Amino acid sequence: MIEQIVFYLFGGILLLSASMVVVMRNPIHSALFLVLSFFASSAIWLLLQAEFLAIALVLVYVGAVMVLFLFVVMMLDINIATVRAGFARFLPVGITVAVLMVTAMGLVVGADYFMSDTYMAIKSVGSDYSNTKELGITLYTEYLFQFEVAGAILLVAIIAAISLSMNKSKITKSKNPQDQVFVKKQDRLRVVKMQSETKGTES
Amino acid sequence: MLEIIYQFISQNLLLPITTLLLPVDYQPQGLLMLQTVIKILAILIPVLVTVAYFTYAERKVIGFIQGRIGPNRVGFFGFSLWGLGQPIADAVKLIVKEIVIPTGSNRFLFVMAPILSLAPSLAAWAVIPFDDTKVLANINAGLLYVLALTSLAVYGVIIAGWASNSKYAFLGALRSAAQIVAYEIAMGFALAGVLVASGSLNLGDIVNSQSGSIIHWFWIPLFPLFVIYFISGLAETNRAPFDVAEGESEIVAGFHVEYGGMAFSVFFMAEYANMILIAVLSALMFCGGWLSPFQGIPGLEGLFAWVPPMFWLLAKTSFFMFLFLWFRATFPRYRYDQIMRLGWKVFIPITIFWLVVVSALVITDTPPWFN
Amino acid sequence: MADKIKKYINSLFLWELLKGLRLTGRYMFKRKITVQYPEEKTPQSHRFRGLHALRRYPNGEERCIACKLCEAVCPAVAITIESEPRDDGSRRTTRYDIDLTKCIFCGFCEESCPVDSIVETRIFEYHGEKRGDLLMTKPRLLEIGDMVEKQLAEDRAKDALYR
Repeated sequence: MIEQIVFYLFGGILLLSASMVVVMRNPIHSALFLVLSFFASSAIWLLLQAEFLAIALVLVYVGAVMVLFLFVVMMLDINIATVRAGFARFLPVGITVAVLMVTAMGLVVGADYFMSDTYMAIKSVGSDYSNTKELGITLYTEYLFQFEVAGAILLVAIIAAISLSMNKSKITKSKNPQDQVFVKKQDRLRVVKMQSETKGTES
Repeated sequence: MLEIIYQFISQNLLLPITTLLLPVDYQPQGLLMLQTVIKILAILIPVLVTVAYFTYAERKVIGFIQGRIGPNRVGFFGFSLWGLGQPIADAVKLIVKEIVIPTGSNRFLFVMAPILSLAPSLAAWAVIPFDDTKVLANINAGLLYVLALTSLAVYGVIIAGWASNSKYAFLGALRSAAQIVAYEIAMGFALAGVLVASGSLNLGDIVNSQSGSIIHWFWIPLFPLFVIYFISGLAETNRAPFDVAEGESEIVAGFHVEYGGMAFSVFFMAEYANMILIAVLSALMFCGGWLSPFQGIPGLEGLFAWVPPMFWLLAKTSFFMFLFLWFRATFPRYRYDQIMRLGWKVFIPITIFWLVVVSALVITDTPPWFN
Repeated sequence: MADKIKKYINSLFLWELLKGLRLTGRYMFKRKITVQYPEEKTPQSHRFRGLHALRRYPNGEERCIACKLCEAVCPAVAITIESEPRDDGSRRTTRYDIDLTKCIFCGFCEESCPVDSIVETRIFEYHGEKRGDLLMTKPRLLEIGDMVEKQLAEDRAKDALYR
């Protein structure tokens, strides 16, 4: 009973915020609605007792990816009027693509699996059952190869991004903080011992 | 003591309410909900009082370190009592002040931002165990939950900076976003070290796997991770020496420059609640949580057996909270590129290296920690 | 080389930060130097420059001869003087205003005064509650002078050594 209320509540929030992502004029509002939809889907996953996935969604997508998204979107100087200008023109194309995608998805996960009576109840598990542990065991045994390949691909992406953004041009005046941190008093300061001058010796 | 009070409230207040108001079928669920609310209040009210008195402690400690005596005037009923009434006076002042909403700002987000920064730091207390049995939600993925919630704190800052429609606030928000995302990685790796060492994501199990004696606690095998976790915690909470998000000397007050009154004080509370959270997590994961430091020492263990376990957790937490203040009084603010260097080029390599070392220690069953 | 390794190790173990923490930690237990202001006060120099006053000679005659040197020297243009010959033929002020909201308490008026009339007292705890309270007029200045004349004379005598 309560589970159903919670499910419909978060399902509604998810659908509403997901459509707001597309509809909102301001890209930052869109991004924030995307965050909200991540939250709602994470709550639904929690209902399915997939606590690792739910928390990982919040941690990775909300905590890191969307922060960087917002970071970029906030710094863009977008003229909303010009963005909106094409909306009506591209609307038919958009609707066509949307309909195509829905049909394709409908064909794949059609009525055979998507009816609520075939949609089986969640298997209740003991409180000592750790989702995280089971996922880890599956990933590192059955799907080890795929997992490692995914890791390697991500590593390549990181290296590519870094090498693209590393600007070695000599024009910049940026300092190397490493060198600055290691500077000691002796490197910069030289104390010179001098004979003190008095009026008598001056000539 | 706490159990007795809880049982009393549960029997004499909650049970009659549920039997009176709810139909019979829903009574057990209703009772459970009310009991949970009582438990939440029992955690949150002390946390918020601690937040208030933490600001007082900060002013006192920093004053003492600077040769001053700090606030000592505001007291109760005409007694100055070393200024113990100061936080309450501050709170009253901030509550009665007007909240000015700048023109051109986004009203809704402007008001939401302080709430968004306070809520995660309070929600994280749900999984904090106070001793073997006292925990609100004993979930398996407690560590992940804490990590996820601490990573959400950045939203309050970013949204505040953007919604204020002010350049200084926006610059503060951008600094803070980049800094928090950078240090979250080091923090995550440090927590991964704890996870490897204890073999569990449940905070209670993590503490129990440290039992034995003071040298069984994880601060010895995970020492670099311990230090990095705490320093990353300083960076996550935007505390000195990593408080460039506020940077009053460069960007006046950073992301909360446009906030006043209660809206500002909610940001303030969020910062201190986060600090307390980091302190209690450091105590739980690296310093044995509620375990007595005299455990395993023949004479002293018996001598201190009467002390409730929760006391040790609170004592350790207080120590880490004091460290926050001590650091603030000691260190000058880092420059921004140096913060980034520290996060990406120093902390992450060290944590990855130490993760390998810890894994090796665990696999070889190195005594006295992992046998 | 060894020096560089030492630097790295020192930086890795936060050696300098720990030294800083030790210093501030020691200061925490040092004697506190806060002055509890309304109950305790710091000693004042006899050259303290506070609220202004106009002095009188011991026989009760006001000192000011309306030479207007103070008005001329005042860098903040806070002093306004008007003068007329008095019935006995001596030159006296009819108006001597100091706008304390303009005054910067530099003490030039005191230095320039040939008859030690305008002086700055040691009074610094004063306030105004409505507009005009901080606009000192001649009678008020004379009143302040009468109030603290003993202290003023003592301070001037002390300072005479260095003049």
